[in-house]
Amino acid sequence: MSTETETSAATVETHKPSVEIGSAVIRFAGDSGDGMQLTGTQFTNTSAVFGNDISTLPDFPAEIRAPAGSLPGVSGFQINFGSHEIRTPGDQPDVLIAMNPAALKVNVGDLVEGGTIIVNEDSFQATNLDKAGYTENPLENGSLESFRVLKTPLTSLTLEAIKASGLDRKQGQRCKNFFALGIVYWMYDRPFDHTVNWIKSKFERNPSIVEANVAALKAGYYYAETTEIFTTHYSIRKANLAPGKYRNVTGNQAIALGAVTAMEKSGRELFYGSYPITPASDILHELARYKKFGVKTFQAEDEIAAIGAALGASFAGDLALTGTSGPGIALKSEFIGLAVMTELPLVIVNIQRGGPSTGLPTKTEQSDLFQAVYGRNGECPVPVLAPGTPGDCFWIAIEAFRIAMRYMTPVLILSDGYLANGSEPWMIPEINDIPDLCFPNATDPENFQPYSRDKETLARPWAVPGTPQLEHRIGGLEKQDITGNVSYDPQNHDYMVRLRAKKVAQITQDIPPTEIYGEPEGDALIVGWGGTHGAITSATELLRAKGLSVSSIQIRHINPLPPDLKDIFSRFKKVFVAEINMGQLWTLLRSTYLIDAISINQVRGKPFTIREISQQVESHL
Amino acid sequence: MTAKNDTGTLEINLNRKDFVSDQEVRWCPGCGDYAILAQMQKMVPNLGIPREKFVFVSGIGCSSRFPYYMNTFGFHTIHGRAPAVATGIKLANPDLKVFVITGDGDGLSIGGNHLIHCIRRNVDLTIVLFNNRIYGLTKGQFSPTSEMGKKTKSTPYGSVDNSINPLCVAIASEATFVARSIDIDTKHLGEILERAANHRGISFVEVYQNCNIFNDGAFTDFTERSKRSDHVLYLEDGQPMRFGKDKEKGIALRGMTPEIVEVGENHSVEDLLIHEETSPEPTLAYLLTRLNYPNFPVPVGVFRNVEKPEYSDLCQDQSRQAQEKEGKGNLEKLLHSGDTWTVT
Ligand code: SF4
Repeated sequence: MSTETETSAATVETHKPSVEIGSAVIRFAGDSGDGMQLTGTQFTNTSAVFGNDISTLPDFPAEIRAPAGSLPGVSGFQINFGSHEIRTPGDQPDVLIAMNPAALKVNVGDLVEGGTIIVNEDSFQATNLDKAGYTENPLENGSLESFRVLKTPLTSLTLEAIKASGLDRKQGQRCKNFFALGIVYWMYDRPFDHTVNWIKSKFERNPSIVEANVAALKAGYYYAETTEIFTTHYSIRKANLAPGKYRNVTGNQAIALGAVTAMEKSGRELFYGSYPITPASDILHELARYKKFGVKTFQAEDEIAAIGAALGASFAGDLALTGTSGPGIALKSEFIGLAVMTELPLVIVNIQRGGPSTGLPTKTEQSDLFQAVYGRNGECPVPVLAPGTPGDCFWIAIEAFRIAMRYMTPVLILSDGYLANGSEPWMIPEINDIPDLCFPNATDPENFQPYSRDKETLARPWAVPGTPQLEHRIGGLEKQDITGNVSYDPQNHDYMVRLRAKKVAQITQDIPPTEIYGEPEGDALIVGWGGTHGAITSATELLRAKGLSVSSIQIRHINPLPPDLKDIFSRFKKVFVAEINMGQLWTLLRSTYLIDAISINQVRGKPFTIREISQQVESHL
Repeated sequence: MTAKNDTGTLEINLNRKDFVSDQEVRWCPGCGDYAILAQMQKMVPNLGIPREKFVFVSGIGCSSRFPYYMNTFGFHTIHGRAPAVATGIKLANPDLKVFVITGDGDGLSIGGNHLIHCIRRNVDLTIVLFNNRIYGLTKGQFSPTSEMGKKTKSTPYGSVDNSINPLCVAIASEATFVARSIDIDTKHLGEILERAANHRGISFVEVYQNCNIFNDGAFTDFTERSKRSDHVLYLEDGQPMRFGKDKEKGIALRGMTPEIVEVGENHSVEDLLIHEETSPEPTLAYLLTRLNYPNFPVPVGVFRNVEKPEYSDLCQDQSRQAQEKEGKGNLEKLLHSGDTWTVT
């Protein structure tokens, strides 16, 4: 394995013992203003470039800056990295970096027994303890006895380290996250030069900030190396990933990249209509940077206009995309209905978050499945796809556009907050291996009918304005078969409702066979969809290692469902459906296949841990 | 707008009939919509644009059936949302000539938000708002332009809502072309529609439209021949504002307040306000939108007509500049951007 970026010899010779381990889970936690997301991202990228497999879970409050030192203001970033396959951000952190008492309080309960806590000792004074609701100092009252607590005066050490930069106290102490990162780099034997390069380019215009941050990072590293409290460091080898070129992507980045790829493959221009909403805004930010590709981004006045403009762009021949989260989908629903009626290609991304209503904007949930499959007036079938990993978001975006154009239909993608913000190493595909998405416009006026049908797909022609002699009118009123004229005829309505349903139902012809993890038959099958993929697969692995007859499948096509599911279900004694909602896919599968499946669910705004799945399955076996 | 054609050689030779679709028109007999449709079908051939480049987009309401009757591309969308759809169409293909047909309920009530934002962006669209001051398609409820106290099915004791003035909204939203006309004043309507269609950027036209079923006679004060000259002020660019049978009356300003003066003994034509539709400041145009019957004659014509960068042009410029500066996008490079590493 080689690396494209320089990872030369930043690691200094160290005299402390090094222990090789397979994987580790660490969590950075601090105030929202402490730069924990940035610190976590730096550690992630360094580990990814180093060659580990990784999975991350950023966890931040909905408020941009909740009161400093308060419990609601705690922001966290968890990363699981290892030399073997990593599918989840990890059930429990092995190491917690807590920048203040509130961060300790919020996170200590998650830590593994005997885990390590690195605390910023300087912040454990009366006011902060008070804000965190501690009546006494947990560093002194023995309450952390079951952990290895490494008390580090992060603030004062940082200030000492950055003296030469000339930054004042206030600015200077903001570098303490880099000091902490330096410590963790030493602990896990990672080079720091990737982060040094990043700091240099990020703060290019401000040399004293570069100097201070680099100084803090290095000081943290050497502090860990020389101070006695840090006794051991750990090495985690490169993971055995499939050969290829990799980069790190979040789900939202992957959707944006997938959309641009689909654009290039379709020979059309990409139109993205969107309105700012957590956790989908990053797709807008990402695509807005791609103007040189001819990507059109439209930040609309509201969710409705965002999809309306996208549908207009689709009518006029663009590859149209709109993205939002659950509450935004609620607003877009009427337009989704119009897209179904007018049979125009349009991809709608829902980055699900905790609901109902405003709910938990920054937390993950899978509770919009019913909304996606059923949530519109009338008989309104829409294909629904769900990616399983951040990297899969790329492929799902391409698949969504393919279905949208091939069948002339809106397509919904159900991603979620966990996939959107979480990241993983992603093997960069060969562009030539990605199939073409050429679905030409109608141009032939001879016998042109706006609602005539392709025999195989039942798609109607895509006849865009500007094409001579194809002038026609579409709209939300019921269409007469073939001509597309307004029709209130009862027979025609019945026919058209069934036709639209059939068009979507027969997309099953494009769905590849469902991959089964484990044996194709057995005692138990765990069924999942979306971002729970990693946890379910790992839980299955764990149960199988115990000798239990358990397999699992991931459903990427929620509507229509894969055609082989019935057969697969029939080969297992018990079927479990694990999801972060009250059992939505479970209900869908029960009603579709009349199977007595068992629901495994939680709605805490967090991904499943591997154990909560494995334990529940095991309890039924 | 310059008349363009595809090949640059073929003359575009279209007439009214080319724009009449094969669909049976289903408005109530006597509805003002017929007159507007007729003027539109008569006007569009004058624009010199190939028929396939026209798109009529509408929302929901009686007026919004309009696209079905135009033999062009058409999109009958959902209630209030036509400006959003039209914006998307224009951004997808800036070469198209896009009209938005809306009504007082569609454009100012359910779709008010889209209307103001579409106007402020100065998208090259011609918005025609049919103002009949009533909900027709839902059978007669008061609308945002109905006068206060209006008795309708939903307000048997009279409406307690203040009404909204479409042109004030347009001007407050920085519209670059604002005009008003009246359904049965066909010649004037045709001219105004043509000027609006030739404006580059947003053009907003309010048309007083009689709903003879649910709000008959709402505009008779301005449509009846005997009353028209006293009740309607025809705006003409660069001309003093005069009205009355013999143009014997005019509008003058006292301080910031307009007043009606008799041209003759006490006032000469020089005292009258001169209309200046291209004035960079919208103050005069706004003041004119506030003139209302019965205290004043109702102004019709072009209130405001100014140039500003157009939205789809600005969007295209940005892409072009990005390409000039950064080079054309390369997908391979994009996928490989950021930190990468190779596993062998
Ligand atoms: S209800 Fe009124 S506005 Fe509607 S078509 Fe009839 S007359 Fe015209």
